Amino acid sequence: MPTKEEVFEKIQAALVDALGVDEEDVTPQATLVGDLGAESIDFLDIVFRLEKAFSIKIPRGELFPEDILTDAKYVQDGKVTEQGVAELRKRMPFANLDDFAKNPIVQDFGNLLTVADMCRFVEGKVEVTD
Amino acid sequence: MRWYWIDRFLEFESGRYAKAVKNISLAEDHLHDHFPYYPIIPNSLVIEGLAQTGGLLVCEHNHFTEKVVLAKIPKAAFYCEACPGETLTYTATIDYIQEEGAMVTATSYKGDVLHAEAEIVFAHLSDSRRGSLFDPETFLRMMNLLGAFDVGHAADGSRLVPPPHLMHGAKGDGT
Repeated sequence: MPTKEEVFEKIQAALVDALGVDEEDVTPQATLVGDLGAESIDFLDIVFRLEKAFSIKIPRGELFPEDILTDAKYVQDGKVTEQGVAELRKRMPFANLDDFAKNPIVQDFGNLLTVADMCRFVEGKVEVTD
Repeated sequence: MRWYWIDRFLEFESGRYAKAVKNISLAEDHLHDHFPYYPIIPNSLVIEGLAQTGGLLVCEHNHFTEKVVLAKIPKAAFYCEACPGETLTYTATIDYIQEEGAMVTATSYKGDVLHAEAEIVFAHLSDSRRGSLFDPETFLRMMNLLGAFDVGHAADGSRLVPPPHLMHGAKGDGT
């Protein structure tokens, strides 16, 4: 059973390998897109590395529910609707959506996910100790 | 010019690894234009050769049911140049594979000398993209042309054969 620190270290290693960034840049607060320069295709690479590192399965859209952002039911005039934000909160309990919810512009969503969010996501899938 | 950047498979073990050769010839037009009067194989075409070796390995593992595309090269390193008259031996090994795609590590050797190494991520195109780029049977014909079924074997050691539902597509020149 890994500790939270070990979870972070494995995620850090996965991001260093996938994104070619320096280890010291991968802090819990760093955003994947804005700070670490992740592009959409990198998420496939990152998911593969996390699945391999933790022996877990991450179904498509679970870490990054892009289907919500392309669903007319949840998006109006480039913004995620209240119902859409509620759906995002349900699907992404590991992420803090409070700031995004204040002005939920679809384009800003990509820069939401932080390294700490990923740690919480993985911690929800593997048993961890403190 | 045909888009073949390997010449023949030497070994092919389903779902695990494949080894192929690329013979570099001065007859290849691009060698005269890449660096005029200094013919070396472009690194990008070595990557393509490694990707063809690994991509066909991934395709075969999926019984040619997925459209496998090169999605990303997380790492690539080149250690020396390769010139006309030399033979590169490419080896691709599957590190991880699932329904969304695969990760492959690949090396290029010039004799005993490590020439290049790379990590390659392949993605399987979703159903919505099917029919827009290429037919999986194209890969099967390519496998046939490159001799994969002459040298290959399945994970259980039996001889590698095309999947029954595609047997009719196993013949042809890959065009």
